[in-house]
Amino acid sequence: MSESLELHLAGEESALDNPVLPYLRQDRIPHIWCPGCGIGTSVNCFCRALTDSALDLDKLAIVSGIGCTGRTAGYLNLDSFHTTHGRAIPFATGLKLANPELNVVVYSGDGDLFAIGGNHFFHAARRNMDLLVICVNNFTYGMTGGQVAPTTPVGPTQTTMPLGNFENPFNLPFIADACGATYVARWTVYHVRQLAKAMKEGLLKKGFRFIEVMAPCPTLYSRRNRLGDGVDQVKYYKENSVIKNGIDTKDIGLGYQGEIVVGKFVDRERPTWLEAMDDHFSAVLGDRYTPYGPMREGE
Amino acid sequence: MTVEEPIRKGKGTVFVRHEICKGCSYCLDFCPTHALDFSQDFNQKGYHYPVLAREEACTGCDMCGLFCPDFAIYGVRWKDLDAQRTALPTEP
Repeated sequence: MSESLELHLAGEESALDNPVLPYLRQDRIPHIWCPGCGIGTSVNCFCRALTDSALDLDKLAIVSGIGCTGRTAGYLNLDSFHTTHGRAIPFATGLKLANPELNVVVYSGDGDLFAIGGNHFFHAARRNMDLLVICVNNFTYGMTGGQVAPTTPVGPTQTTMPLGNFENPFNLPFIADACGATYVARWTVYHVRQLAKAMKEGLLKKGFRFIEVMAPCPTLYSRRNRLGDGVDQVKYYKENSVIKNGIDTKDIGLGYQGEIVVGKFVDRERPTWLEAMDDHFSAVLGDRYTPYGPMREGE
Repeated sequence: MTVEEPIRKGKGTVFVRHEICKGCSYCLDFCPTHALDFSQDFNQKGYHYPVLAREEACTGCDMCGLFCPDFAIYGVRWKDLDAQRTALPTEP
């Protein structure tokens, strides 16, 4: 009889067999995320995507900014870096250019990527830097106490908007699409299988890839607005989400507790920054230029 | 310690790490066959953890494991567990 089954029968843990555990730093578990927080589910899906994509984990790096989601880099047992606030994408850009062999993943929250680091996102997408950006969108600044974020929809009260928010929120897939991302998808933490598949597709694709993950913030968003617990928010995602693959991203803005359009919206090919640089300098300088970066297919 | 082989009522089972569960009830609410229920006991942090209340209903689909934000539960099919067990090297 296996050790795990004995432990199971004795009511003990079975740490050996859980398929996600090899990807986690065991000494840091349990994590700090609240009960009902969706970030853990998104990390769980990311670990499944790592298993499915069968990537070499020595050639994978994960970069996070500051915030609740920024803790992800500390919990994953990969080459990871926890950068300063908003600077996850510049750090990841430098990492990718210094070592083009690496597959670099930016895993951060909406406040970090779109408020403090907004400009970096736009320009990395414009240049088509070879990064996978996973943005966990919980509609608020969770770690600092529930202030209004650029993604907070019109309506709910927040610490800095006690009478309700009136600012127009960002439509994140539309931004990524308009800036030129090669892969844009949005899923909620209810769509675990689709999310894991999207993350796998993102890991295996080239160019600037963007995945928005909607996650509940039970402590600071749901409770303040009397929306119930984390599981109630996930049930709302289940009941109100519509899958529309390939729809025009300008029509998929999020309202307060309204309909959620999820799916894969953009999947196209563009030369990445390194490829464009190699092509340009090869054309201008000819034989004097030695191409930089990983060997491309067919060369 | 010798442990009796359990009577296999369903197609699969779940493994739970009690001490890191935070009682968010994702696994209970999104189990396709509603096989799980909260325990009567508390873990050391004061949360009720999930237990397999209806063993015959569990298919081992691992949906609970995919949803769990705390990496505390996962499901496995008996046939996969058997295959895993036979693949393991025998103890000396």
